Amino acid sequence: MKQIKLKRILYSDTTWAFVLLLPNFLGFLIFLIIPMIISFGMSFVSWDLFGPVRWVGFDNYIELFLEDQVFRRVFWNTMYFTAVTVPIGIVLSLFLALAMDQKIIGIKFFRIAYFMPVISSMIAVAIVWQWIYNPEFGLLNYFLGLIGIEGPSWLSDVFWAMPAIIVVSIWQGLGFNMLLFLAGLQGISEVYYEAAEVDGAGWFEKFWNITIPLLAPTTFFVMVMAAIGAFQAFDAVYLMTAGGPARATSVLAHYLYQNAFQYFRMGYASALAYVLFFIVLIFTLIQLRRQRSWLL
Amino acid sequence: MNNKEAVMDIKYRVNGLIPKFYVIMKIIKKRKYISKALAYLFLSVGASVMITPFLWMIGTSLKSLHEVFVFPPTLFGEQLRWENYLRISDRFPFLQFFFNSLRITVVVVISQVLTSSMAGFTFARLRFKFRDHLFALYLATMMVPVHVTLIPNFILMRHLGLIDTHASLILPALVTAFGTFLMRQFFLTIPAALEDAGKIDGCTPFGIYWRIFLPLSKPAVATLSVFVFMGMWNQFLQPLIFINTKDLMTLPLGLAFTQGFYSTDWPVLMSGTVLSLLPVIIAFLLAQDFFIRGVTLSGLKGE
Repeated sequence: MKQIKLKRILYSDTTWAFVLLLPNFLGFLIFLIIPMIISFGMSFVSWDLFGPVRWVGFDNYIELFLEDQVFRRVFWNTMYFTAVTVPIGIVLSLFLALAMDQKIIGIKFFRIAYFMPVISSMIAVAIVWQWIYNPEFGLLNYFLGLIGIEGPSWLSDVFWAMPAIIVVSIWQGLGFNMLLFLAGLQGISEVYYEAAEVDGAGWFEKFWNITIPLLAPTTFFVMVMAAIGAFQAFDAVYLMTAGGPARATSVLAHYLYQNAFQYFRMGYASALAYVLFFIVLIFTLIQLRRQRSWLL
Repeated sequence: MNNKEAVMDIKYRVNGLIPKFYVIMKIIKKRKYISKALAYLFLSVGASVMITPFLWMIGTSLKSLHEVFVFPPTLFGEQLRWENYLRISDRFPFLQFFFNSLRITVVVVISQVLTSSMAGFTFARLRFKFRDHLFALYLATMMVPVHVTLIPNFILMRHLGLIDTHASLILPALVTAFGTFLMRQFFLTIPAALEDAGKIDGCTPFGIYWRIFLPLSKPAVATLSVFVFMGMWNQFLQPLIFINTKDLMTLPLGLAFTQGFYSTDWPVLMSGTVLSLLPVIIAFLLAQDFFIRGVTLSGLKGE
């Protein structure tokens, strides 16, 4: 009798679901779910990590949205960074994917070339781009000099620092987006193109009337993912300009880092984290909604 | 000759317009030639923009210090100074950084493969209460920015006395929703017949996972491993926050630290940078197809 019971337990889905899921779920709970809740609670307190924790209600959010001039600057910097990086990155990677989609020789070489920046660490990228942007010895100003333009001191120029970081970010993300587009392109059936050719459609007509509409779900997905990534940009800013000059490149994630680990304003930084979370959440929900409408 | 061409061929033969057909084919072929040439041009210009910074990195790593500041800039110095690579360890503890990174990355990769495949199998194949609710919760957290959990995790590590240890980097990375999702999607594609065969042979659910599903999941495991490897190897924010002692720094943090403190010896720093990229490049070259499959999979979930 006892043996049968043991056997039933040993062969039950529920038993093994519990056993197999437990390690994963514990990690998930301790390092993700609980911190998410704590972080939310912390956005309503004032705490410097060493002194007592003080409940301040909505003060952090009020300060953030109504009083903090730096936050306003940082918020618009983040929007600027995202609004430029994402569309340019998408158009370029789409064209690259279209070029790659033709049966060409050397596709392996091109794939590696475009993927090198994707797999490189930001510090490696930052070190070499700092040299390229160097106003005196850099490659960029040398080339500009050849056509008679005196280049600015890119990373320490209030106007040019952000575009300089945007260029690096686009450069680094191109290969990844291209790969997503390539997967999307290969999902479009040849039948449509053949039908269009029989009807006498040219290259542009095929591109505009077949590729673009049928690629729309992929494009939308790439756009949302790129935007979500861009809102969280930190490494590039921290390593190339540290938010400077004069906060010209300081973005949300960087300001959050400063508040938490340089000014030790844990509550305020948590409020910033939730602002960032909220923005990402909106984009995720839009994506989920579109996804459902396509599935129906 | 495919169908369409065959149809066209017959049409033109019937009309007695064979010469015209060949003219048209020639134009089409020419157009294809032009569009291919354009594709090559575009890809080559793009590829050179992609590659130049890396060539510059290698070039600088082989220069002498004063050649770095030569104007107009040259890709390579007068002679290739390979000895820069031997001098890395004189300047900063490159090997220490390298092994720190390697240790953390290997532990995290192994752990994620285990926890993700176990949980992925459970979500894909076992029936239990609240399964779909729980999985929805996993999915819902996939997009949560790391910044949201960073501060509480920092406080937790501080309470546990783990600040400035590798454990503070390893523990939060042991489990991810993404890995769980990736493995589940793969296990869903394995035919149910295999599972049934296992059951008939008297396998427990664990036996089915361990003897049938896990051995079949090599492509998924490889994909996940490459993804996690690259993510951990390049991770910067967490080491920046959790690690203070130089000897415990990971490679990216160590390079950033070195750049800040010894910014004088650029060629040697570049040599270290080049070496720091080698593992991920090798991993990518070896597992390129798996990596691309992983990217594609993450793209498919958007459609």
